[in-house]
Amino acid sequence: MIDEPLIVFKDIYKIYKMGDFEVRALDGVSFDIYKGEYVAIVGQSGSGKSTCMNIMGCLDSPTSGLYHLGGKDVSDMVDDRLAEIRNEMIGFIFQQYNLLSKLSVKENVEVPMQYAGIDKNTRNERINKVLERVGLSDKIKNRPTQLSGGQQQRVSIARALVGEPSVILADEPTGALDSKTGRNVMELLREIHEEGNTVVLITHDNETAGEANRIIRLEDGKIVYDGPPDHEHALFAGLKEEVYEVL
Amino acid sequence: MRFFETIELAIKNLLGSKVRSLLTMLGIIIGVGAVIIITSLGNGMENFMVDSFSSMGTNVLNVTVMGKGSTRTLDFDELYEHINENQDLYNHISPTVNVPGSVKVGTETLEQTSMTGVSEDYNELKSLVLSQGRYVQYVDVTNYSKVIVIGSYIADNFFDDDVIGQTMKINGQVFTIVGVLDEVADSEKGDSDDIIHLPYSSALKLAGSSVISSYAVEVRSEETVDASKEDLRYFLYDIFKDEDAYMIFSMSELLDTMTSMINIMVVILAAIAAISLVVGGIGIMNITLVSVTERTREIGIRKSLGAKRHNIMQQFVIEAATTSAIGGIIGIGFGYLMSSLGTLVISQMLDEDISLLPTLSSVMIAFGVSVTIGIVFGYLPARNAARLNPIDALRYD
Repeated sequence: MIDEPLIVFKDIYKIYKMGDFEVRALDGVSFDIYKGEYVAIVGQSGSGKSTCMNIMGCLDSPTSGLYHLGGKDVSDMVDDRLAEIRNEMIGFIFQQYNLLSKLSVKENVEVPMQYAGIDKNTRNERINKVLERVGLSDKIKNRPTQLSGGQQQRVSIARALVGEPSVILADEPTGALDSKTGRNVMELLREIHEEGNTVVLITHDNETAGEANRIIRLEDGKIVYDGPPDHEHALFAGLKEEVYEVL
Repeated sequence: MRFFETIELAIKNLLGSKVRSLLTMLGIIIGVGAVIIITSLGNGMENFMVDSFSSMGTNVLNVTVMGKGSTRTLDFDELYEHINENQDLYNHISPTVNVPGSVKVGTETLEQTSMTGVSEDYNELKSLVLSQGRYVQYVDVTNYSKVIVIGSYIADNFFDDDVIGQTMKINGQVFTIVGVLDEVADSEKGDSDDIIHLPYSSALKLAGSSVISSYAVEVRSEETVDASKEDLRYFLYDIFKDEDAYMIFSMSELLDTMTSMINIMVVILAAIAAISLVVGGIGIMNITLVSVTERTREIGIRKSLGAKRHNIMQQFVIEAATTSAIGGIIGIGFGYLMSSLGTLVISQMLDEDISLLPTLSSVMIAFGVSVTIGIVFGYLPARNAARLNPIDALRYD
């Protein structure tokens, strides 16, 4: 089944009710992502990209619509099943790194495997492998607070990779970094993609998004562009009418 | 996540904030310590009572015959025969005839000396040891001999070394000392060393009475006390046909009563001490609640990495249980320390040998209770943690 997409979003709605007021964070979003793609989901704040990432990351469920991940319908799974899916299939990279400050680098990378119930030897093997991959083998015993921002982000990339997930979800991975380290991290992400991983990048930054092979631009909960990054409308929040013409 | 790993993580987190952990444990430490001290004090008191009562003879029945409401009287020979016929139940019997009156050594009067008329078996029955001379003998009884055996208090305070053959005056009659008993108490006025034993025949004559009204009966062993007592009761009822005509009283009964009184006291005191365990438990609940709030972000991260509800729940419950378990262990140590300190203080102050011994069962119960408290009081905050929504938790600062 090579042709089956890894991620299927079909008519996904996420509606928040605030009293009588209704906020449509996602307003009928549909797209497919195949294995091995490098996709950037772009949009201004409030465009719905964070909601999109939460649902894609199985942290949240859509109000309506269909979400298939790796052939499984995860649209309305219960809390604990979603935790399992997150553990098996998704590697998160957060803007704020979200490392556990009381644990060492090694222990931080180990956490997803603890919940997966992987044995100690395999864990150590994999930890060494991914830390070497991100170039932090010498920092294995350090605490996150003893590392620079770029290094911390690389630890979180290692943590995302260690469970061998189907999708790497990177939420503004360069948002807290200066431009040089940011570029290094983006380079690392590209390499990881080139090694065969599916990477989904969520960002508001056009330059960062330009790294991806495919851009999905969201505005007010709707897709306004879905295509390669070199199109004239891909990187600009153009007038909606104009963009719709393109589509 | 494996159970052992969770405990490891819990210990790591506790060590991460030592002062807080210690303060949280304090309630449990004090509670467990107090329960152990109180139960060991009760245990020590009970042992002390048992010891001092068994020196008085827990296997001796005291029979008092009032003869009230009955025309029948009890003959000593009759009773003696019954005792001898039932050697599986009884060892010895002796009349105990109280002699009222004055005792004089020369012109000096002994005011608190107790005089008892006994048979030749009484020393065996009471496990008395002679330091000099001999005890009352059968011929003394049959001959109404005017001989006496005296306690160490009298021998030490009123006579020189050469006591045997000296005389004393009881109600104006001269008695010859034939034996001296070993010290059993502290050789003070009025205690069990200030005594005179004489043949019960002579005692009856002195008291101007012809009826023996009380006996001491030694049963075969402590296990047969109840059976022996029952047998004696039937025997006496057959004679008197009236339950009010006699009374059988045993030291072991008194001991049982005292022991249960001590136990009730200990249970009440331990229950009061246990209140502090509950307070300690609330302290643990409080700190777990705080720690759940503080670590909301950690919970969010862990959930995003695949932690299920029970993983989070387990982490916090085990942390609470570990806190209280460590508190319990420290409390047990504290209890032991205070118990041995108490033993020292009591033996110094009271001149009595009461040793405070923590019982294994009280230690086990204290530990079990403290772990249970941790689990119970950790449960509610842990459940709150487990139910956190990962998105909200991740956003929490």
